[in-house]
Amino acid sequence: MSDITSGQRLGASPGPRPEAIKAIPVRHPGRWVSAILVLLVVAQVVYTILVQAGLKWEVVGHYLFQGLIRGGIVVTLELTVLAMIIGVALGIVLAVMRLSPNPVVSWVSWFYIWFFRGTPVLVQIFFWFNLNLVLPHLTLGIAGTPFYWRGPGTNSLITNFMAALLGLGLNEAAYMAEIVRAGLISVEQGQSEAAQALGMTRMLVMRRIILPQAMRVIIPPTGNETISMLKTSSLAFVAAVPELFTRGEQIASANFNVVELIFVVSTWYLFMTSILTVGQFYLERYFARGSQRELPTTPLQRLRRMLFTLHAPFVASIWRSTRAR
Amino acid sequence: MIGPSGSGKSTFLRCINHLEKIDAGRLSVDGELVGYQQRGDKLYELGDDAVCKKRSEIGMVFQHFNLFPHMTALENLVEAPIRVKRESRAVAVERGRRLLERVGLGEKMHAYPKQLSGGQQQRVAIARALAMQPKLMLFDEPTSALDPELVGEVLDVMRGLAEDGMTMVVVTHEMGFAREVSDSLVFMDGGVVVEKGKPRDVLANPQHERTRSFLSKVL
Ligand SMILES: Nc1ncnc2c1ncn2[C@@H]1O[C@H](COP(=O)(O)OP(=O)(O)OP(=O)(O)O)[C@@H](O)[C@H]1O
Ligand SMILES: [Mg+2]
Repeated sequence: MSDITSGQRLGASPGPRPEAIKAIPVRHPGRWVSAILVLLVVAQVVYTILVQAGLKWEVVGHYLFQGLIRGGIVVTLELTVLAMIIGVALGIVLAVMRLSPNPVVSWVSWFYIWFFRGTPVLVQIFFWFNLNLVLPHLTLGIAGTPFYWRGPGTNSLITNFMAALLGLGLNEAAYMAEIVRAGLISVEQGQSEAAQALGMTRMLVMRRIILPQAMRVIIPPTGNETISMLKTSSLAFVAAVPELFTRGEQIASANFNVVELIFVVSTWYLFMTSILTVGQFYLERYFARGSQRELPTTPLQRLRRMLFTLHAPFVASIWRSTRAR
Repeated sequence: MIGPSGSGKSTFLRCINHLEKIDAGRLSVDGELVGYQQRGDKLYELGDDAVCKKRSEIGMVFQHFNLFPHMTALENLVEAPIRVKRESRAVAVERGRRLLERVGLGEKMHAYPKQLSGGQQQRVAIARALAMQPKLMLFDEPTSALDPELVGEVLDVMRGLAEDGMTMVVVTHEMGFAREVSDSLVFMDGGVVVEKGKPRDVLANPQHERTRSFLSKVL
């Protein structure tokens, strides 16, 4: 009581420190039980794969870095990157169109999204692949009139790779359009008002003010889409595009080591999606600038901080013992 | 410009730079119609580009600052001069620096809005509007979102502008500031101007009952 009323403790003068708490910590038996259960399951799975399954590991090892597989990886990456570029670029255009005050433009975008989101990607790839069956030449205008243009053969333009790319990219654009639209809507109304008040045109406001801020909302789901695209690109199989899965399948059908090649292919897909996950983190960090007072720490920074805090009690104890002497 | 909430003060300011379209009457700034063009006895709506050009001559400051959060203070200032007025970056940056120094934020040039206090943000917002070298400045309750102790720094900047002869239309609830700085005071209610006159006269000796009851509540 006297402590508070006398005002002694409230000032700068430090009183005696209260006794440090020495309590017996709460036990967590659940953690031990779950750890043992998980270990048992993991042991069983590893045992089954390594011993029971009779996998030919030398086959897995051989094909992991084999030339055909490596070529397939390159094609998979090409498909993913190009399809995402088409998807993002067209998606942004569609989203801006969808929010346009011009009703015709807005409805065109609505129709596109309705159509390309409403049919399976696999079917779309198959469609582009087989287009030449009904349309051997690309044409414009009406035959027999001066307003007619007959283009190159469909097959020379829409190669197998192109068929897969069109199917994947155009379908992705429909999904990206919705992601971008959500991002654009999330930017506060006052932003476009302030920009307009400065005399900026609608396009300029969109490009310089709204889109960059929307990016923060757009990037995480886009990373997700990219990771998804990396795997969905295996559907290019139906257009006989020699990407990773197609290559694995071709090799397996020649030597019958199906599961071994599934192993090889999956390893590579996992590896690539892991790399993308890291890339996504840094991209999000870049677009978060200005939205937070401090940027989120990178894993490297966190590691350094963790090491330091691990050392801290140790350092502190040495310091205390030297002072006590 | 003073008046109760919902009396149309913000709407009126937004009409002046054509963020809001007027349905009736004529509104002109510096002798030119806003949003329309008179040719003969016909009125033509202005296209987007013309409207934007007119807007670029009128600065506006908002209650909630509305700075661009993904740009630093300086970038906020140079964006419109470079993109809209097509000034060279060097010229725009030079003026941006001077303006930030003028509002007392020379050291905060490269800070993002989130890293600034409310009063600092509003001063950057004023500098951003000034960077377009406007003929007229519109202020919509520029101090209403600020802590009482930050109000002063923003009012000081505005007082300085008034002394330099800038034409300003200010919506405010700071009656002291209105009395001291303004040349004329307008009281609005229900979407119309109820009373207008010298600030001292209107505040000390209001002619309308509505003005009297409003002032009795805020003074
Ligand atoms: N285009 C418009 N046509 C008709 N009425 C409108 C229009 N825009 C806004 N209003 C209405 O006009 C009224 C005045 O709104 P305004 O935001 O201008 O008030 P204010 O005086 O700024 O109030 P506050 O002090 O709360 O900011 C509101 O009731 C609003 O709904
Ligand atoms: Mg208002």
